[in-house]
Amino acid sequence: MQEGNEIIKALFDWISGYDKKTLVLAASAIGAGLAMIAGIGPGIGQGYAAGKGAEAVGRQPEAQGDIIGTMLLGAAVAETTGIYGLIVALILLFANPLVRLLM
Amino acid sequence: MEFAPKIHFTIPEWVPLLGGTGVTETVTTTWLIMILLTVLGWYSIRVLDEIPGPLQNVVEMFVESIQNLTASSMGPDKLGFAPYMGTLALYILAANLAGLFALRPPTADLNTTMALSFITFISIHYYGMKRKGVTEYFKEFARPMPLILPLNIIGELSTPISLSFRLFGNMLGGVIIMYIVYQLIPFALPVLPHIYFDLFAGVLQTFIFVMLSMVFISLAMD
Repeated sequence: MQEGNEIIKALFDWISGYDKKTLVLAASAIGAGLAMIAGIGPGIGQGYAAGKGAEAVGRQPEAQGDIIGTMLLGAAVAETTGIYGLIVALILLFANPLVRLLM
Repeated sequence: MEFAPKIHFTIPEWVPLLGGTGVTETVTTTWLIMILLTVLGWYSIRVLDEIPGPLQNVVEMFVESIQNLTASSMGPDKLGFAPYMGTLALYILAANLAGLFALRPPTADLNTTMALSFITFISIHYYGMKRKGVTEYFKEFARPMPLILPLNIIGELSTPISLSFRLFGNMLGGVIIMYIVYQLIPFALPVLPHIYFDLFAGVLQTFIFVMLSMVFISLAMD
């Protein structure tokens, strides 16, 4: 228990050696990276849509135009969550609202 | 704010209402697109002929395909929306392809995409009310049960946000990745991301924006 406390104290001392803005910027960069994990969802979703689209074209080649239109629409809607993640990451990197709180 | 649109000049202070506002790259590129589309429209109706030339062929093909798309995805009774959808498609397409001419795409600015999606948002509700009647239209929000009312309202409000953020995020992501590629290898290699982010994603996002506008408006009307 004593050792754990000392480790935490050493970590705290090390962190408080930096100024506040550096810490917030570092945490924002990590947060931006974490926000982009949201890209997994649209990847799976769009892949699923494309797979089903290929299946449908294989079964009914004469309806290819309609299938591609519907598939693209579905893929675009699936993409939205990934785009939200991207926007959060961009805000954290380029228009950081947290740095302004320090002033 | 490295990737924010550059401010070209500032409107002088003595101008009423707009004094002191910065005029960004987005606005100047939009002016260029306005000039281009106006001249194209003006010129293409001047050279109309019984035997169509190359320009007339392209313009007629565009108009016909927009009308077919509107008729097939909104229903033949809503063919009146075709001019609006065509305008939207032409503007977004020109704006997305501006990246090929070393301009910053105006659609990589949230102001542009928000404005476009608010036009769609207002048309959704205006034409919904016009077709169904105001009281009937608002009763729809409380269906299938009144408990679901807040969810429906949030869902309606998220429509313009998701529409505009989709276009904006795609184009801005393209701009940033292009910038990094240009920093990395400024010779020959940037052609590939130009093809993907400007041509492919630009055309696809135009289609998707127009298609979703059609779908939302016709859903609110039926």
